[in-house]
Amino acid sequence: MQEMMKKRAKTLLADGTVSRVIGWRRGEFSYDVTPAVFETAEEIDRDFVFDAFCGANVSKYLIRESAKEDGRILAFLKPCDAFSFNQLLAEHRVRRENVYLIGIPCAGKADIDRIKKAGIDGVTGIAEDGEDFVVSTVYGDERVKQADVLAERCLACKSKRHPVYDELLGEEGEDLPDDVRFAGVAKLEAMTAEERFDFWRSELSKCIRCNACRNVCPACTCENCVFDNPASGISQKAAADPFEENMYHIIRAFHVAGRCTDCGECSRVCPEHIPLHLLNRKFIKDIDELYGTYRAGEDDGTKNPLTSYTEGDAEASVVRERGRA
Amino acid sequence: MQVNENETFVPTIVAFCCNWCSYAGADLSGTNRLQYPSNIKIIRVPCSCRVNPMFILRAFQRGADGVILCGCHPGDCHYTTGNYYARRRMTLLFSMLDYLGIERGRTRVEWVSAAEGQKFAETMKSFAAEIAALGPNRRLEDLRCRK
Amino acid sequence: MQKIGVFVCHCGTNIAATVDVKAVAEALGREPSVAVSTDYPYMCSESGQNLIKDAIREHALDGVVICSCSPRMHENTFRKAAAQAGLNPYMVEIANIREQCSWIHKDKEEATEKAIILGRAAIAKVLLNAPLTAGESPVTKRALVIGGGIAGIQTALDIAEAGFPVDIVEKEPTIGGKMAQLDKTFPTLDCAACILTPKMVDCAQNENIRILSFSEVEAVSGFVGNFTVKIRRKARYVDETKCTGCGLCTEKCPVKKVPNEFNLGMDQRRAVYIPFAQAVPKVARIDPDWCNMLKNGKCGLCSKICTVGAIDYKQQDTILEEQYGAIVAATGYEPIKVDRYDEYAYTQSKDVITSLEFERLTNAAGPTSGTLLRPSDGRHPHTIVFIQCVGSRCTPEKGKTYCSKICCMYTAKHAMLTREKYPDTDVYVFYIDVRTPGKNFDEFYRRAAEEYGVHYIKGAVGKVAPRADGTLDVQGSDLLMNEQLHIRADLVVLAAAIEPSKTARPLATMLTASMDTNDFFTEAHPKLRPVESPTAGIFLSGACQGPKDIPETVSQASACAAKVIGLLAKDKLTGNPCVAHSDEWMCNGCSNCASVCPYGAITYEDRDFRMPDRTTKTRRVAIVNPAVCQGCGACTVACPSGAMDLYGFSNSQIMAEVDAICK
Repeated sequence: MQEMMKKRAKTLLADGTVSRVIGWRRGEFSYDVTPAVFETAEEIDRDFVFDAFCGANVSKYLIRESAKEDGRILAFLKPCDAFSFNQLLAEHRVRRENVYLIGIPCAGKADIDRIKKAGIDGVTGIAEDGEDFVVSTVYGDERVKQADVLAERCLACKSKRHPVYDELLGEEGEDLPDDVRFAGVAKLEAMTAEERFDFWRSELSKCIRCNACRNVCPACTCENCVFDNPASGISQKAAADPFEENMYHIIRAFHVAGRCTDCGECSRVCPEHIPLHLLNRKFIKDIDELYGTYRAGEDDGTKNPLTSYTEGDAEASVVRERGRA
Repeated sequence: MQVNENETFVPTIVAFCCNWCSYAGADLSGTNRLQYPSNIKIIRVPCSCRVNPMFILRAFQRGADGVILCGCHPGDCHYTTGNYYARRRMTLLFSMLDYLGIERGRTRVEWVSAAEGQKFAETMKSFAAEIAALGPNRRLEDLRCRK
Repeated sequence: MQKIGVFVCHCGTNIAATVDVKAVAEALGREPSVAVSTDYPYMCSESGQNLIKDAIREHALDGVVICSCSPRMHENTFRKAAAQAGLNPYMVEIANIREQCSWIHKDKEEATEKAIILGRAAIAKVLLNAPLTAGESPVTKRALVIGGGIAGIQTALDIAEAGFPVDIVEKEPTIGGKMAQLDKTFPTLDCAACILTPKMVDCAQNENIRILSFSEVEAVSGFVGNFTVKIRRKARYVDETKCTGCGLCTEKCPVKKVPNEFNLGMDQRRAVYIPFAQAVPKVARIDPDWCNMLKNGKCGLCSKICTVGAIDYKQQDTILEEQYGAIVAATGYEPIKVDRYDEYAYTQSKDVITSLEFERLTNAAGPTSGTLLRPSDGRHPHTIVFIQCVGSRCTPEKGKTYCSKICCMYTAKHAMLTREKYPDTDVYVFYIDVRTPGKNFDEFYRRAAEEYGVHYIKGAVGKVAPRADGTLDVQGSDLLMNEQLHIRADLVVLAAAIEPSKTARPLATMLTASMDTNDFFTEAHPKLRPVESPTAGIFLSGACQGPKDIPETVSQASACAAKVIGLLAKDKLTGNPCVAHSDEWMCNGCSNCASVCPYGAITYEDRDFRMPDRTTKTRRVAIVNPAVCQGCGACTVACPSGAMDLYGFSNSQIMAEVDAICK
C-alpha cells in the first residue's frame, strides 16, 4: 500500500494535478510517525511512509493547506480521516477545490503502548501479515496478533467507508456493526456517581494542560480558542485547581459535541493516557439515544443535533432516569 | 455556599430566567406575595437559549450549590425555537455532569410561563430543599473561590 | 475609572417594609466604582427621575443602577430619564428588589442581604455595558385581523377609518362570528343581527378592508412592522368573484339532510349552501363531504342552474402571501362540549340544550322560526329550568376554573324573554351567584326576577333525569330555603362555559404570542396593557383574551385598533439594540450560528484580513443583520469560539453577575 501511495503521489505531482502532498514521515522513533507535507518526488521517496503506525489524522492540516493559493494538495484519507474532512467541509473550514482526496483502506493501526505492554521493545518497523503484525525490532522480529495491539479506537471502528474522496485506492469498505464503541461509556454509566467521580478525578488530575488533545482534534479548529482568549472568562494556561481540570474537558467536549467524528486522536496523543474518547463518546451515545443515531461527517445533509431539535425532545429531567445515580 | 451562625448549611442557588416567560412568572409570584427562599438569586437572560454551559460551570466554580434554568414552555418560546435548543444543550450538559459524578440534583430545567407565578414559587422551594438535602457543592467547586 | 450611580427605591412601603433601603444604599455605596448611592421613596415618579437626572449631570456618571421593581415595569422609564440627562439609555441596569425580593421574603435581614447582592450583580453588569444605539426598521402599513367576529370586525373598521388597509381572515365562509347566531343582546335587548349586519356590510363596502373568508393563517414569519403571513384560501368550489348570492343552487341541491352548523345541528341544510341570510360575503359554498358531484362525480345540478357560472368543482386551495406591519388576534370563543356532564343528561335527552342552542330556537331565523318548542316532540315547554355555571368555576378536572362572565346575563335575558313571550311558562334559574357588573346589568337582572317573575333559586342542580313521560326531573338544592327540590321541566337549558377557539393555540405558536393555561392569549400587562401581546406587533381583540360580553368586546376592539394605528402611523420603528454581533477576528465561519437563528439574521461573507506577517488571508465570517436580529442569543451559545456575543447580555456581563451572586 505504501508503494502504491508513493507512486500515485508522484504521478499527480508530476502531471501538475497537485502541487503538494500531505502524508506521514518518521519522527524520532520509527513508531513516532507525524503528518508532513511533501513538495517534491525526492522528498516523497526519501521520507513518505505509510504503515500500521500511521494513526495520525491529517484532515486538520488541510484547513491551513487548502487556504493556500499555490495549487492543490493531495491528501490520503483513511475512512475515519475522511469523516473528519467531511465534517470540516460542512463547516466551511476547508476549500474543497484546493484538495485532492484519495481514500485509502485501513484495517486498523497499531498502538505502540500496547506493543510495549506485550513485551516488545526496540521497535524499528511493522508489517501486516494476515491477522498478525510482524514487528521488527533491534532484537529481531516478533509476531503478534493484530487484535491484541490495535488501537482501541480501531477495535471499535464504525465504518470502512469513505464519505468523501476524489479517487479510491483499493476497494471501498463498508459500514461495520458498530456495537462495541460505547462499551467503555456504558461501563462508567453503570457505576455509582461516587465511583464515576473518583474515576474521573483520578484521570483528569493527570492532565498537564499540554493542549495536545485540542490541537490535534479536527473539530477544534477555532481561529481563537476560548481557552486562549482572555475575554472569554474561561481562559487558562494551566489547570490550577481540580475544578479547572474538569472545566477544560467538559467545555471542550461540549464544544465538539455533535461535531466529533470519533476519530480517537485525542486519546492517542494524550501524553498522560487519559481516556478522553470516553468523554466525547458519552456525548455521542447520549445524542444517539436521545435524538437519533447521528454520525458527524457521514454526510453533509443532516443537521448537527445541537443546532436542530424536534418538538418531542426529551426533557432535561431524563438525566435523572438514566444510568445510575 | 454560606454557613450561618447556627452552622446550618444555606445553599447558594442561581436561577437563569428568560425575560419573557419565567422572569415574568417570577414577577407574578412576587406580585402574589408567594414566598420562596432568599438564597435563590435570579439572572435575567433574553431567552433560555442564551445560557451557555460556561455560565453554569462558572456558577458552580464561584460557590453555587445548585443551578436552575427556567424558560418558556417548549413551543411557546418568544423567539420561537430558543428553548428547544436550550433543552437539548442542557440535557446533554447535565448528562455529562452526571457522568463525571456530579450529583444529579444540583441542576434542573423547569419551564414556567408568565402566568405560572404559583409554579415558579413551588419550583424554587422544592429545588432549594433538594439542594439543602444534597449539601454543599464539593465536587465541582473551585477551592480558590471558597469564602 | 467608571462612575456608577446607585438609586434604591422604597416604592412606598412595598420595598421599604421588608428591605432596609438605607442599608442597601449604604452598602452599595461602598462598592468600587460607585460614585453616588442614594435612596428615595418613589424613583419612578417625576421627582425621583429628576433625582437620577441631576445625579447623572452632577457626578458625570457613566452608568446607573436602579434597585426597584421589576425591569419589566420601568426599564423604559429609567432609560428615557437617563437619555434626557445625556447618558446613553443602555447604560442603565435594574436590580429587581421588589417582585423578586421584598415581596417574597418576610425576614428583613435576609431580604436586605439579598437586595445588596442583587444590587452588586447589577453594578457588575453595568460596568461592562457598552453604549448602544437602537437601529431602525421600516413599517409595512397594513394590518391583519385574524377572526371576523364582532371583535375582528370592529377592530378592522376602526383601523380602516384611520386610513390603513386591513385584511380580515375568517375561517368560516362568512364573517359575523357568534354574534350572528344570537337573537337579542343584553342589556338593551337589541336584535343581534340588526346591530351586527350593518357593521358586516360596512366591512364589505369599506375600500380599506379586504375580507378573506373561508381562509386560515398557515405560517407567520418576520417581526413587528415586517410580518410575512401565508394565508390558505380554502376551496369553496364557488367562484367568489362571480357568485351573486341569489341562492338558486341552494334550492335545487338534492342533498338536503346535512346538519346545519349555524343552527347547531338542530336542522338541516343542503350540500351547497349559504351559511345564513345575511352572510358576508354572500357566496355559496359546496360541502365536499356531502356533495354528490365532488364525492362520486354525479349530479352537477347547481352548476347547471347557476346563471353566472360561479360553480367550479375543480377549485383548489390557494396560498396567499402578504406583508403586514401588525397582526390582531380576534379568534373568539366556543362554548364547551357538555356531553361529559352526565348529571345533566345532555346526551340522553333532546330537551336538554345549551344556551346557544336556546338562542337559535328563539331566533326568528332559527330551526323553529322563533317559536320556542321542545326539540324532542315539538311541543311547547311549560316549565323551563336554566342551570348556570355548567363547566365554569369548577375544579380543573371537572371543567374550567374561571367564570365565563356572560352566562348570568344571557340567562337572565333568556328567562326574561321567555316570560315575556310565554307568560304561562314557568321559568326557574339555578345559580351560585348572579354576576351583573356592567352598566344597567343589575337592573336588567332584577327586572327578570321582580317584574317578569323568573324564579331564581340559589343552589346547584344535582341531577337531570329524563322521565318516561318525556319530561325531565330536575333535582336541585335551594340553599336559601334549605331544601331539596324536584322540578318537573319540559326543557332544561345549560349555561355552558366558554373557552377559546381550538384554532387559538396553533395560531399563538405561529405568532409566538403567549397564552395562559386556559389557552386565552396573555396580555402584555393585565391592567395597563390589555390589548397587546408581549410579542411586539401582535394585538388582542375580544374573547380570545378572556371571556367578555359584547359591550366589552367592542371597547377592547377599538382599543386594540388604536394601538395598531399607533404602530402603523410610524414610518420607522426603533429597533432593539440588544442584538448579536460577531467578532470577525475570532469567527470561523462554521455556520453553527445561522443554523439556530429563528429569524435568518445571519449571513456569511468572505473578508480579507491583514495578518501580523503582512500577508492577507481571506476568511469566511458571520455577519448579523441588526435590523432582523431580535436578540435571543441562541447563536452565542452555538458559537464554539465565542466570537458571537450579545449586546446588553454579553458573556462577560452574565459571568460578572454570576460572580457577584456567588461571592
